[in-house]
Amino acid sequence: MSDVLVDVKNLKQYFPVKTGFFKTLPLKAVDDVSFSIAPGETLGLVGESGCGKTTVGRSILHLYKPTGGEVFFEGEKVTADNIQMMRRKMQMVFQDPYSSLDPRMTVEDIIGEPLDVHKLCSSRSERRERILYLMETVGLNAEHARRYAHEFSGGQRQRIGIARALAAEPKFIVCDEPVSALDVSIQAQVINMFEDLQEKLGIAYLFIAHDLLVVHHISRRIAVMYLGKIVEMAEADEINAHPQHPYTVSLLSAVPIPDPDIARSRKRILLEGDVPSPLKMPSGCAFRTRCRYATEKCAESCPSLTDRGNGHFVACFNQ
Amino acid sequence: MAINMHEYLLDVQDLHTSFFTDSGEVQAVNGVSFHLDPGEILGIVGESGSGKSVTAYSIMRILADTGRIVGGKILYKGDDLASYSEKQMQRFRGKCCSIIFQDPMTSLNPVFTIGSQMREAVVLHTEKRGEEATARVIELLELVGINEPKKRIKQYPFELSGGMRQRVMIAMALACEPDILIADEPTTALDVTIQAQILELIQELQKKLGMAVILVTHDLGVIANMCDNVVVMYGGRICERGTAREIFYHPRHEYTKGLLRSIPNVNNMKTKLVPISGTPINMLCMPKGCAFCTRCDAAMKICLTEVPEELEINEEHRAACWMNVKEAFEEGGDSE
Amino acid sequence: MEHNNGLPKKNPLSLQLDLKKFSAAQFEKATDEEKRQQDVMSESTTFFKDGMRKLSKNPLAMGSIVVLLLILVGILILPSIVPYQYDEILSVNGKRDKSAKNLAPFTYSEMEQKYIEEGGSRFPHIFGTDEQCRDYFVRVIYGTRISLAIGFFASLIVLIIGLIYGSISGYIGGRTDLIMMRIVDIIYSLPDMLVIILLSVVLNETLKFPSGSFLSKLGTNMISLFVVFGMLYWVGLARLIRGQILSIKENEYVLAARTIGAKPTRIIRKHILPNCLSVIIISTALQIPSAIFTESFLSFVGIGVKAPMPSLGSLANAARSGLQSYPYKLIFPALMICLIVLSFNLLGDGLRDAFDPKLKR
Repeated sequence: MSDVLVDVKNLKQYFPVKTGFFKTLPLKAVDDVSFSIAPGETLGLVGESGCGKTTVGRSILHLYKPTGGEVFFEGEKVTADNIQMMRRKMQMVFQDPYSSLDPRMTVEDIIGEPLDVHKLCSSRSERRERILYLMETVGLNAEHARRYAHEFSGGQRQRIGIARALAAEPKFIVCDEPVSALDVSIQAQVINMFEDLQEKLGIAYLFIAHDLLVVHHISRRIAVMYLGKIVEMAEADEINAHPQHPYTVSLLSAVPIPDPDIARSRKRILLEGDVPSPLKMPSGCAFRTRCRYATEKCAESCPSLTDRGNGHFVACFNQ
Repeated sequence: MAINMHEYLLDVQDLHTSFFTDSGEVQAVNGVSFHLDPGEILGIVGESGSGKSVTAYSIMRILADTGRIVGGKILYKGDDLASYSEKQMQRFRGKCCSIIFQDPMTSLNPVFTIGSQMREAVVLHTEKRGEEATARVIELLELVGINEPKKRIKQYPFELSGGMRQRVMIAMALACEPDILIADEPTTALDVTIQAQILELIQELQKKLGMAVILVTHDLGVIANMCDNVVVMYGGRICERGTAREIFYHPRHEYTKGLLRSIPNVNNMKTKLVPISGTPINMLCMPKGCAFCTRCDAAMKICLTEVPEELEINEEHRAACWMNVKEAFEEGGDSE
Repeated sequence: MEHNNGLPKKNPLSLQLDLKKFSAAQFEKATDEEKRQQDVMSESTTFFKDGMRKLSKNPLAMGSIVVLLLILVGILILPSIVPYQYDEILSVNGKRDKSAKNLAPFTYSEMEQKYIEEGGSRFPHIFGTDEQCRDYFVRVIYGTRISLAIGFFASLIVLIIGLIYGSISGYIGGRTDLIMMRIVDIIYSLPDMLVIILLSVVLNETLKFPSGSFLSKLGTNMISLFVVFGMLYWVGLARLIRGQILSIKENEYVLAARTIGAKPTRIIRKHILPNCLSVIIISTALQIPSAIFTESFLSFVGIGVKAPMPSLGSLANAARSGLQSYPYKLIFPALMICLIVLSFNLLGDGLRDAFDPKLKR
């Protein structure tokens, strides 16, 4: 088990949704998702909004009580009882740098909160020293420790959020779309910082994003989600060069590449229609309603994630 | 983008737009000039606070209460828009120039059906009434690729998905076939696959109807896919403008260069990104010189004190960066 | 690069610019120090400072603060300056002054005039006297004191109960919230006047205070008023705070605190309550005048403070009988009520404009 830090097994997360006065339907936000992350590795998780990628991240941290399945961290099962301790080692960076920082707290208190909660510092001076060290690590000016979060720009706020996540020295961070709310010119700073921190501290990331180029840049492996299920998972380069699931293929072709010649010469494979409502999931393969290769078999049963060699997992009946 | 005396469809000359807030005057747009030919797709790219949306709103004259155009001219087919009365402006907004916004949810009224909102747009700007107007609404919805339009017109905005709503917005904007369609971040709120659909739709419609499109976005990828010409903005000023190929392959402004280096591309997957340092500028206290100077790695003394002029690099490309002047200065010094 | 081939070798820029006006020094690289000078971070303001700045720009709110401060200073200091007591029946040289009945403002009774002519000095009756020969000015001041104190403490009771109830209901949510809010609905539907009257009757029977204590001076009516405030009027605030917490709970920083491993009590204390603070301040500022109003109303209909303790409402009630002859006796307490309620309302509005995050530019 030494090469696995986080092991997610058949994670299920259903939310009850009231559809009528008495009727509640389960919304299958995450349905039978399994993957594992090695220490110091980055797994990219991509998918469109509503596909359940954020829910996966939050379920791992037990922010929701999983409906089914298990999460193991360093071989130990994560349960409601030990999660408080586990949260020292598993942290999260949020998408929105504006709402994820308490507007009534100073930067110092925000970054120091994990230290206070877990009582990691014995004295005030030690706490302050540690906070200043963290601020320096993420490239913030230590003079600004007493300022409030709203005085900073988006990129700086995201740095504060990262410093907070780092405070308790975690081994694993769930990064929930950490750059998508930032300006283009700032994104690279934050991506680079994630990469630097990984090199320096050996932290593993679950990097959730919808921007395939960003995910490809930062991740070693990528998992593609569609309607609560992982449809394809492989090495980042492999998935980019040889996508096998029809959804991945069209997703990749839809990414706007910032290069006029390439962008205009390649063929976009447009998907028909919209993502079906997760409350009215199609039978069998969830993607079949938009898939060009859908057959009768796809409507009857759901393909499972199978290895097609070289650790390239695909959930599709078509070869 | 040839510089000659022919009349442009839209000619923006030295536009200045300011917002007057409690904390002082914010010069959101600070001397922006560009022009648009019929059937052209022009991209305006910049980060938040670069003034790209304000430029678009200034053209439509739909600025917030605190905002005012304080200088410059906007010529539509040679007519100065400043001379238009509010009534003429209303005609202009529907017939000549339409705008679609980033968030299709908030730009549709949630308490009316799609059909009634679209009919309103049709009745307001065309002579069509009654059955005819309804027929036009259905025709428009078909045009933007909405299936079963007869069923859709009875639905409310919340019953449609984001992509669908944006299609409805586009259909409304096209109600009386404007010459110019301004798309303000039309795909930012949408998913990648839906974004591709909408971009394809805009391109298709542009070809079919022959209108000009101004695409305002922060996404260089979208620009590369869509635009003939590109305007790069930073801090309320134009950094450079030119054909998409020129901008992407031969950028002549340090900001554009930095931006292109900093975004993940197919070619730089294995190497570290080169970020632009620093933080976005504070519009309340702009640097004296070039807006980008505090974040520019190549900043020179002159950059801090003087605003660079826009200079013609070649027929298809103009840029406002002191680096270009420096090169010319050094070369000029050699030859003379 | 292919389309660049046609260009002349000379840099085309030299044709557009007079290069002679530049010097090589201008093209030297700028140092980081020079760059930083251009890059100014805006002045540091906290939420509180920003709110106070906005509040100080609001003339109505500032005026209200001044008025309220004046009233506060007045009711604290004036009773020790004026040599009369609120329940003191006027007397001159130890003899009851029967002529000092219903005096007009700034007049003296016959006995007092005689006393002054004899060389004695007498503090003027600024508002005159009432029909029981008591100095009206002191009574109005004491009435204001009582009314303000009741308004303040009633609001405090409302605040504490509403805050605790609302936070629990909002934070736990789900079924607990559902049940707690139905209880609130039931309390909301009770007619408050009826409850107050019933309670004061019941409490009158059951409550006995040692005579002479402050509580017995206030009277059971007042105690029942506090009880009623405590029991009934917190529901509005509880609902408000629950709503606030429900929306604050959705913020990612609360989720972030949970991710860190913070316990619910810490989350409520450190993250949720400070963020509802503005709403709490505003609603308390608006609660005070409504409590004063209710108290005045109850005293006016005769179930307020126990005589001889005055409150603005009971003073107004007493003035009713001689309204045509002595209108000023109604005007003074009524004016005082207006002034206090208006000031608090204006101040509350000002606070809302300054501190409510939803109204931010």
